[in-house]
Amino acid sequence: MNLTFTEEEDAFRQEVRAWMQEAMPEELRRAAQGAGGLNFEESVEWHKLLYAKGWIAPHWPKELGGTGWDATRRFIFNEELEMVGALRISVLGLSMVGPLIMQFGTEAQKQRFLPKILRGEEFWCQGYSEPNAGSDLASLRMTAEDAGDHFIVNGQKTWTSWAQNADWIFCLVRTDPAAAKKQNGITFLLVDLKTPGVDVKPMLTLGHAPAFCDTFFDNVKVPKENIVGGLNQGWTVAKALLGRERTLLALIGPSRHVLHKVKRIASTKTVNGRPMLEDPRWRAKIARLEMRFRAHLMVSYRALSDQQKGKMPGPEASILKLVGTKLIQELTELAMEVMGESSLTWYNEGVCAPIEESIGPYFCYERSATIYGGSNEIQRNVIAKMILQLPSR
Amino acid sequence: MDFELDQEQQMLAKTVSDFAKNESPVERFRKLRDDGTGYDPAVWRKMGELGWLGVPFAESVGGFGGSFIECAIVLENLETTLVPEQYLASVVLGGMTLARAGNATQHESYLTPMIEGESTLALAYYEAQSRYDVSAIETTATPDGSGYRLLGEKVWVLNGHRADHLIVSAKASGGVTLFVVPREAEGVNVTVAKTIDGQNAAFIKLDNVAVADDARLGEEGSGAVVLDRTMDYAAAAAVAEGVGIATTMLQMTVDYLGTREQFGVKIGSFQALQHRAVDMYAESELLRSISMASMVRADEEDPRTRRGDISAAKYQLATGGIWVAQQSLQLHGGIGVTDEHDIGLYFKRMYALNALFGDQEHHVARFASEPSSF
Repeated sequence: MNLTFTEEEDAFRQEVRAWMQEAMPEELRRAAQGAGGLNFEESVEWHKLLYAKGWIAPHWPKELGGTGWDATRRFIFNEELEMVGALRISVLGLSMVGPLIMQFGTEAQKQRFLPKILRGEEFWCQGYSEPNAGSDLASLRMTAEDAGDHFIVNGQKTWTSWAQNADWIFCLVRTDPAAAKKQNGITFLLVDLKTPGVDVKPMLTLGHAPAFCDTFFDNVKVPKENIVGGLNQGWTVAKALLGRERTLLALIGPSRHVLHKVKRIASTKTVNGRPMLEDPRWRAKIARLEMRFRAHLMVSYRALSDQQKGKMPGPEASILKLVGTKLIQELTELAMEVMGESSLTWYNEGVCAPIEESIGPYFCYERSATIYGGSNEIQRNVIAKMILQLPSR
Repeated sequence: MDFELDQEQQMLAKTVSDFAKNESPVERFRKLRDDGTGYDPAVWRKMGELGWLGVPFAESVGGFGGSFIECAIVLENLETTLVPEQYLASVVLGGMTLARAGNATQHESYLTPMIEGESTLALAYYEAQSRYDVSAIETTATPDGSGYRLLGEKVWVLNGHRADHLIVSAKASGGVTLFVVPREAEGVNVTVAKTIDGQNAAFIKLDNVAVADDARLGEEGSGAVVLDRTMDYAAAAAVAEGVGIATTMLQMTVDYLGTREQFGVKIGSFQALQHRAVDMYAESELLRSISMASMVRADEEDPRTRRGDISAAKYQLATGGIWVAQQSLQLHGGIGVTDEHDIGLYFKRMYALNALFGDQEHHVARFASEPSSF
C-alpha cells in the first residue's frame, strides 16, 4: 500500500495548476468564484481554452482527441479543474453522450458528432425524465412513431438541463408500446433541437441559474440514422451510462473547494472579537466535516487505485455518490452557517465579498445533488439489490 | 497511490482469517469468557510460531521487519470472530512501546520472548484522572540507591492481570519515564476487573515497588513522547479491529435480513430495512477506507502527516462504526439483545474500542488543533 502520489504525479499537478493560473482570464476566474458560477458564454470560452491546450477530454481515447493520461493524472486534472470552480458545462457531451456514441454509435455518427463536442461547437442536453417518469424512468411515454425513413416524435422531456443553450438532445423514446417488458420498448435517439416542433422553456432553479428546462416535442421529424445502439435497445445504452456516473459524482474536487472556502470565510468573520477559525467550537465543527471528507476521499482513492491498474473499481465505489452528495450539502450548509447573517445575501455584486456571494446560490444548487444522477433513494435500492443482495418482494 | 495489499499481505490476511474461522470461532471466546480464563497461552504460543506476534518488529529483535500494516491486518482478521488472545495489549501497546523505548538488552529480555509467544506484555499507563493524556499521571518514580521506587495506581490495564511484564509510566525528576516491571514483583498488587466486552483488565497498585536502574526504558523524561506515539499505533489498531467488527456485524445483519420472515416475507425485502443496511454498508466502507490510510500513516515519523488520518479514522469508528453496531442490534430485533446471540458481543466490543485511545471528542479536538489540517 502506498498513499502518496509519485514525484511525477505531483509535478503534473503543479503543471496543471500553473497552466490554469496563467491561462484562465481574470474575469473568468472571478465569475467562477462568484454567485452562480460560470454562465454559458463563460463556460464556452473556458471550453475553448482547454480545447486549444488539448486538455478538454482527458478521458477520451487519444486518437479521438484525448490526452493519453492514466487514471491518476485524469483524477488530478479533475481535482485541479474543480478547485478553480470551473467545471465544464459540456459534461453532457464530453462525459455522457460522447462516450456512448463511441461505444454504441455508427462510424458516421462518430465522425458527425464527436469532433464538434470536442471543439465546443455543439452542446448537448439530456432528455430522460418526463413529468411522469422520474425515478421510474422506464415508464417514459414520449413516442417515436415509425414513418419510413424517419420517426415522428411527440411528448415532453423535463429537467433537460441547459437545453436553452444546447444544440442537440439525447433522448430515450418509446418505439414499441406493445413490448412485454417496458424496458424493452425504448430507443436511444439523438434529436437536433433546431428541428421544427421542438420548444424549449427554461425555468429558474433554487440557485437562480436557469439550469432546468421543459422541452416539448410536437410532431418532430427525426431521421432513423439518429438511433444509437439499435432499435429498442435504449435501456442497455442508458444503463452503460449509469455505471460511468458512479465515480463522476463523488464530488471530491467540489468538496475540497467548499472546505477551503469555509475556512477562508471563517478566518475573516469574528466571534467574541477573534476570528471564527480560532474559536475551538467552530474549529471542531469544521474538523468533523473535514475528517468525514478524508474518509470519503480514501474511498475514491481506492477506486482510483483499481482504475490505475486497469481494473473495475470494487463494489465500495457504489457508495461514492451517496456519501459525496450528502457531504457537499453538509459543507455548503456549514458555509452558510459560518456566514451567519451574511448568508442572507442573494446576487448583490459588490455588497459582500465575492466568495460570500457565491455561497447562497451554490448551497441551493447542491440541493439537487442528492436527486440528480439517480436519487440517493434509488441508489440505495440498487445497492441493496446488486451489492448486498437483499431479497426483493 | 495504491490501496492493494501485496501478495504476502493478502496471504497473511487469509491465514489469520482462516485461523479465526476454523480454530477460534466465537464459541471459543464465549467459553473462555464464561469460565474466566480469558485466553489460552497455548494459542498465544502458536501465534508466535506462526510469526504473527513479530510482524511489525525489526529482524534484530526476532521480528519480521514488516510495517504496521501487517499488524493491522492481523488485528482486523482476528476480530472477525473475537479471538480473545491479547494481541493489541501485548504486541501494540506493550511491544511497540518497548521496541521504541528499550535498548538491545531490554529487547532481548522482554520483547523477543513475547514475539516468540513465550510471554505477554501490558502497558500500565492509564490512571483515574488521565482522560487520554499520557502525561496526566501521578505515579512517581523516586530514586532509591542505584534504582527507583514506584508508587501509584494504574487503572484498566489491558492484559495487566496476566502479562509477564508490565511497562509502567511514572514521573521521575526528569518527567514521565517508563520502566519494565515483572507483574510478580514485590509490591505489585493486581485486582482483576471485568470489562463490558467480556474481557478482563487490571487495576494495579504499585506500593513502593523497587526497580533497578536497568529497568528504565530510555532516559528520564523520554516516556511521554514514546507513549504519544504508542497511542497513535493503538488508535490505528483499534480502528483496524473496528473494521473487522463492523464488516462482520454488517454481514450477520444482511444474512439475518435474508432469512428472517415476518408478514409472510423476508424482512430484507422491506425498503426501510434495505436502505438502513445500505447506509451501514456505506459507513463500514468509509471506516475500512480511512483505516487503510491510518495503518499506513501510523509508521510516519512526522506527526503532521501521521495524526490527521489516524484521528479521522478513530472519529469514523466513533461515528460510523458505532452506528453500524447500533443498527445491527436494532435490525436483529429481540434476539439481538440476548447474551445468547453473538451480535451483542460484537456490539460491546465496538463500544470498548470506541472508549480506548481517545474518544470522539478527543480526536475532534486534536484534529481541530493541528495547524496542518487548516
